[in-house]
Amino acid sequence: MYEQFRTKAVGVGAEVHRVASKKDALDFILTFLEEEGVADAPGRYAVWADGPFLGGVDRGVLAGVSGLSLEVTRERAARAKVGISEMSWAVADTGSLVQDQSASDQRLASSLTEIHIALVPAANIVADKPSLFARINPKTSRYIAFITGPSRTADIERVLTIGVHGPERLIIVFVDEQGGAKQ
Amino acid sequence: MKKEFKASINKALNDANLTGALGKFSEAYKVNRSKAYEGMDFEALRSRIAEAKSSAACHLSEVADTFQKNAEALGAKVFRTSDPQEVKQYILKLAKDNGVRSVVKSKSMATEEIHLNKTLLESGIAVAETDLGEWIIQLAGQTPSHMVMPAIHMTKEEVSELFSKEVDERLSTDIPRLVKVARNELRPKFLAADMGISGGNIAVAETGSIVLVTNEGNARLVTTLPRIHVALVGVEKLVEKFETVAPILDALPRSATAQLLTSYVSIISGPTPNDDGSMKEMHIILMDNRRTEMAQDPKFKQALQCIRCGSCLNVCPIFRLVGGHVFGSIYTGGIGTILTAWFDELKKSEDIQGLCIQCGNCTQVCPGKLDIPEMILEIRRRLLLEKGQPLVQKAIFGVVNNRKLFHGMLRAASIAGKPFTSGKFIRHLPLFLSDLTDGRSLPAIAEKPFRDIFPAIEQPKGREKAVFYAGCLIDFAYPEMGVALVKLLNKAGIEVTFPEEQTCCGAPALYNGAYEVAAQNAVDNIKVLLEEEAQYVVSACPTCTVALAHEFGKTLETLGRTGWLAKAKELADKTMDLSTLVKRLVEQGRLSFKEGEELGKVTYHDSCHLKRTLNVSKEPRELLQKAGYEMAEMFECDMCCGMGGSYSMKLPEISAPILQRKLRNIKETGAPVVAMDCPGCVMQIRGGFDQDGAAVRVKHTAELLADRLED
Repeated sequence: MYEQFRTKAVGVGAEVHRVASKKDALDFILTFLEEEGVADAPGRYAVWADGPFLGGVDRGVLAGVSGLSLEVTRERAARAKVGISEMSWAVADTGSLVQDQSASDQRLASSLTEIHIALVPAANIVADKPSLFARINPKTSRYIAFITGPSRTADIERVLTIGVHGPERLIIVFVDEQGGAKQ
Repeated sequence: MKKEFKASINKALNDANLTGALGKFSEAYKVNRSKAYEGMDFEALRSRIAEAKSSAACHLSEVADTFQKNAEALGAKVFRTSDPQEVKQYILKLAKDNGVRSVVKSKSMATEEIHLNKTLLESGIAVAETDLGEWIIQLAGQTPSHMVMPAIHMTKEEVSELFSKEVDERLSTDIPRLVKVARNELRPKFLAADMGISGGNIAVAETGSIVLVTNEGNARLVTTLPRIHVALVGVEKLVEKFETVAPILDALPRSATAQLLTSYVSIISGPTPNDDGSMKEMHIILMDNRRTEMAQDPKFKQALQCIRCGSCLNVCPIFRLVGGHVFGSIYTGGIGTILTAWFDELKKSEDIQGLCIQCGNCTQVCPGKLDIPEMILEIRRRLLLEKGQPLVQKAIFGVVNNRKLFHGMLRAASIAGKPFTSGKFIRHLPLFLSDLTDGRSLPAIAEKPFRDIFPAIEQPKGREKAVFYAGCLIDFAYPEMGVALVKLLNKAGIEVTFPEEQTCCGAPALYNGAYEVAAQNAVDNIKVLLEEEAQYVVSACPTCTVALAHEFGKTLETLGRTGWLAKAKELADKTMDLSTLVKRLVEQGRLSFKEGEELGKVTYHDSCHLKRTLNVSKEPRELLQKAGYEMAEMFECDMCCGMGGSYSMKLPEISAPILQRKLRNIKETGAPVVAMDCPGCVMQIRGGFDQDGAAVRVKHTAELLADRLED
């Protein structure tokens, strides 16, 4: 299912990575932030919305990253280049990510920034909508968000253009260690 | 048709940007859509959607009650009204009470329907459309020309011009750069807005949820950043169960833009906290605006199954030529015609309903299983009831209902047409009739109609008998097609009879909304065609076949002439189109073609009624191949040729470019022969090639097959 997901997600312009451990994921993100020039300056910030992944991470390491903030306010997110958040489910047949984003920081980090890094437990790839719909529930989740590739438009002359109001890059990082064995 | 309407059509037809963009899009759409649906059972999917939506439409007010109860339990405020004025007052009051100075909107046809922006702006509230296409047309002061792609009619040069004015800077026409400008311009508006207004693609009663489907990400910002969220939802968006969301999400993006899924889908169930910790104020307005009335009308209830994907526009041969603005309203295309007739008034649809050529393309792709052509016919019928038949039409149909007079006039026309004929064509008609021969010659009326030829053809006497229903075109313009049909059937040992009392099938009257005339034609034909004991009633004209096999019953039922229904059914059960019957005879070994000769390439044009109502498309192809032809498929083989009966006479300016496209597609195959099963299509396409000059022979399948019978 991972391969199918990858094909579909890449097909709509997402970048897909897979790492074994949480440590590898953290390394990937920190390297990425550095490469993208994230720094303590408006327009170059990074924001990281809270979630289970962060639960096991040494926050001291993150505090030392210049420009990175774990507190996601609209001011901060609006001036951030990179937003990091966790997504609960990956749907293989459309290459989509799904999460309960009732908390606004989850949406700010994944919609205002230029780049969105989405962390997903590799064990949570499901085949299709029926299997997804068995796992989501609007009675307990007030804002269920599906994200499929970066923000796009074709409103001018039907030319596909990436990055309108949402992120222009969606980087998906599957983590094997988190909640499941390697598939 | 009004002069202004004709003028707007001509303006659109001469707009190269518009027809270029729409033409390219529609050609690519067909391919991309099928790719998007690969591996899916579209028929099963759309049945599921149609059933769920139809069920909601049957109990609209209960479903709305359930929605209201559940959404309110979650903390949303639900306002229900049938009156667009009340919607505007509600939003305005809400804005005033909360000191709202600026509003950001994500795409919502319902807000366009009631012209909400105007109301807000007049009250001093700033409104920004944030969907890129909607923002472009807002800046241009226009209305959307397409349901899903509102600015498809504009070029990057025009957009650059608009944006340059807006940002007071000379911008290039680089599209990614223009998109960035929109992002940068709209971002501060999102962050500053006090109220976000969205529509709703689906409203789920059992959970009180609103589902929003977008690509740009603007709906996520509209529903996240401002402290108040208002969702304006037409009640046709209601579904009972949450499980219905999945099939609609399967279909909507695939049908709208050939995507597997849009970039973003949000399922919002009640208010969520704002980023400052306060609770968002969420208002959901369920707007009726005559939708309930529509749901109670047996002919129009199905319109509530629409999921607003716009695929009916994308496959429409007319829409891709004229675009949305000629429809003069917010909702465009075939579905727009229907919605305008209801949400505005029936009279408003008077001109635009005439744009539908009844080709049926839209019925094949509609994920809500709407029969748009049928609803447009019903509009035609009701307009006629309201206004009465135009005098000329009345005179014509008066003749059509009097067979002796009608056939007498056709015979007379053979003589009267002489001054204009050259060979088998009428090339140029004088004065106001000249449009009819512009780009297409008309067939000369045959000197000897089929009914005068038939008695001389000796019939085999056997057990099996077929009644031949010729229809006007074969009888009076193309008797040779009738002769070919008789030859084929005789060869298989079938005796053909031709009742002379048969008359017009009523299709011209029906497609003009004149049901009374069509019903009389039906009754007259039923009587004579059932008089003789025969196994089949066979026709070589798909429109006639559809009349006999489908429309007679429907028309009589609509008019309450139920006494005739049993007979209509008896006739329908016996009726068969030529290719289907011949294929059966070949399979039974009763007919075979000469072998050993290679006849070269033939291309096949699918006629609308044959392909989409009778579901016949493989049969003629297989027969032609069996007869020795090599099949060379043309691009868009099943796209209408632009004939559409009297359509080509009423709107020749639209019919002509459709025909030109067809001629081009035929020529590109390199085949010297094009075959088809409909004499109407032959009339259109043969007439087109006569003026075009290309040496392509245009033949009815029956003729090509009859030529290849074994001696």
